[in-house]
Amino acid sequence: MAAPGIARPDPAPVAPLRLAFVGRPTASPQEAANWTPRQVMANNLRSVVGRAYPRVRGLTREPSWLLFQMLLPFLTTSSFVFVYRALDAPAAYIGFVVIGGAMTAFWLNVVWMMAAQLYWEKDQGNLELYFAAPMNVMSVLFGMAVGGLVMSSTRAVAILFIATVVYGVSFSISQWALLIAVFILTLAALYGFGMMLASLFVMWGREAFHLTQLMTEPVYFVSGLNFPVGRLGFIGALAIALIPLAVGLDAMRQLAFVSTGPTGTPAPWIESLILVVMTVFFIGLARWLLHSMEERARREGRLTVRWR
Amino acid sequence: MSGLIQGPAIDVRGITRVYKAKPKDVTALAGIDLEVVPGEFFGLLGPNGAGKTTLIKILTTLLLPSAGTARIFGFDVARETKQIRRIMNMVAGGEQSGYGILEAREQLWMFSQFYGLGAREGWRRVDELIDAVGLGEQRHQRVSTLSTGQRQKMNFARGLLNDPWVFFLDEPTLGLDVSAARSVRELMISWRAAVPGRTILLTTHYMAEADELCERIAIVDRGRILAIGSPAELKRRVQRESIFRLELDRLSGGPAGLARLPGVVSAVAATDSPADPNRSARQTVVVNLVLREDSALAGVVAALDGLGAHIVALAKSEPSLEDVFVELVGRGFDDSEDTGGTDQFPIEPHEAGQPDPEEQL
Repeated sequence: MAAPGIARPDPAPVAPLRLAFVGRPTASPQEAANWTPRQVMANNLRSVVGRAYPRVRGLTREPSWLLFQMLLPFLTTSSFVFVYRALDAPAAYIGFVVIGGAMTAFWLNVVWMMAAQLYWEKDQGNLELYFAAPMNVMSVLFGMAVGGLVMSSTRAVAILFIATVVYGVSFSISQWALLIAVFILTLAALYGFGMMLASLFVMWGREAFHLTQLMTEPVYFVSGLNFPVGRLGFIGALAIALIPLAVGLDAMRQLAFVSTGPTGTPAPWIESLILVVMTVFFIGLARWLLHSMEERARREGRLTVRWR
Repeated sequence: MSGLIQGPAIDVRGITRVYKAKPKDVTALAGIDLEVVPGEFFGLLGPNGAGKTTLIKILTTLLLPSAGTARIFGFDVARETKQIRRIMNMVAGGEQSGYGILEAREQLWMFSQFYGLGAREGWRRVDELIDAVGLGEQRHQRVSTLSTGQRQKMNFARGLLNDPWVFFLDEPTLGLDVSAARSVRELMISWRAAVPGRTILLTTHYMAEADELCERIAIVDRGRILAIGSPAELKRRVQRESIFRLELDRLSGGPAGLARLPGVVSAVAATDSPADPNRSARQTVVVNLVLREDSALAGVVAALDGLGAHIVALAKSEPSLEDVFVELVGRGFDDSEDTGGTDQFPIEPHEAGQPDPEEQL
């Protein structure tokens, strides 16, 4: 069996290449392998930036996302606005839908670009390179989250702005600081939830994929993206206790439309605490799952298996 | 530099790897022992399904062995994964990693961050490596538009971002055309020459590639190492006699007269086509001569002089690594049974209707 093009290669110009081939000279592999805690932390933080980079860069590379990620979802939001107008619903309901439409961007991003992402990463051959690199793979998940947040925030802000202007939504906000805090906590809990789901993909490929598909629409429904979740009674209360999107959205609506009165759901500060607990729980669970799944996947030989 | 390095670069003891599969488990590695010294260019040569890739996955900490131990510069592959990941890197043939939407330069920078290089340091290092691997003109080209050869050069640059002490190359020239394969091989040689003391473990099923590049080779088949040695040592294992190809201007009486000389095992007229297109015009005679040892050649030359024959050309024939493999295994590479479950773990079928992952960022 012949290798393609076997021939004694010409002697390479070693001197000019030497500098290029030596980045950080180390005296021994033992020296190169032993990092200080500071080096470890720097590596993890830089990995967050590194993994966020393609997502942020991608925003400027494919303008088609303006149509698919902003204008088309805006039509869905608009349809609910027209339904509420036809029913003579309270004006705040239009605002509810607009906030729900903006938050949809984050949920879709969490489902398809966080939870399912490691499925694609494995398929493309990236996953084994991530695991073979020295950083903590949680950094990759954080990087995916940061990049996803930038992508989704752009879409959310656009929907919020366009819908507010077009449909004349008037907000009545009394606690700006709490509203901002709830928004940030909602995203933290939501992306923590996505990281937890992503961890499952290291071990379970298609099974986790189906789980994600299965939960997309039900979460849409019980989160009350297009109506107040309090209307769902017990199911709504359950959603508030379990789903970051439901509790965050309800708290934001309460804070952005104070004039609508009682919603039948917990006060915003209680919902904020629920979000804090969810954030800690989901990120902690994601970390534990990722570690456990990596060990199990290494044992069973699944880290390097492609699903195709 | 290498004076500070202690112990073997790669130390493998009794490594076994069994994959759970239906209808029966697949044994990819069946008790491998291997020691690679620092600075060595070591090759694993074997047919598809021999277990080469499984061994690389274990050494790169992506797979745990079912039994046995493996160490990279003293670090255990099962427990000290972080230390190993800081000092090694890997590149595989046909690798499609990264994101097609990024430029080559951007993709490499992204990977530089995973190895802890600072932002500016990362850009500088990427630019140096892009020039070193000859991708200067493609630095701003999107990864999705690079040719297979250019992509593999980029992968090679990615593998050098962290100055690895051990560089694992798994069939790195697989699927490349002649020119691209040569470029990648030149890069391996240049890197080793530029950074002495670094170790390369190359897997390949191209025998000439292993022969050309590696200082030592392990011949692997069905999860076992059959032989280890330098290419010359391995060839000597199968070369019990000296073989010469003798081209004469004439030979009265034919080669049978030579076969009767002391130390000559056989002398047979060559039946293959002439390598020299002018040979037939010159009416020469080619004889394949097998001698018990090289020293018997002197007697042959003297006898030819007595017969009035003159030597036009004389070449000693070397056995190839394929001859070694055939000797050890009893079959050629091309006859190898691909078990389909050792290097590539059984895969699940593609799920229909899923979107193309190419641009999934």
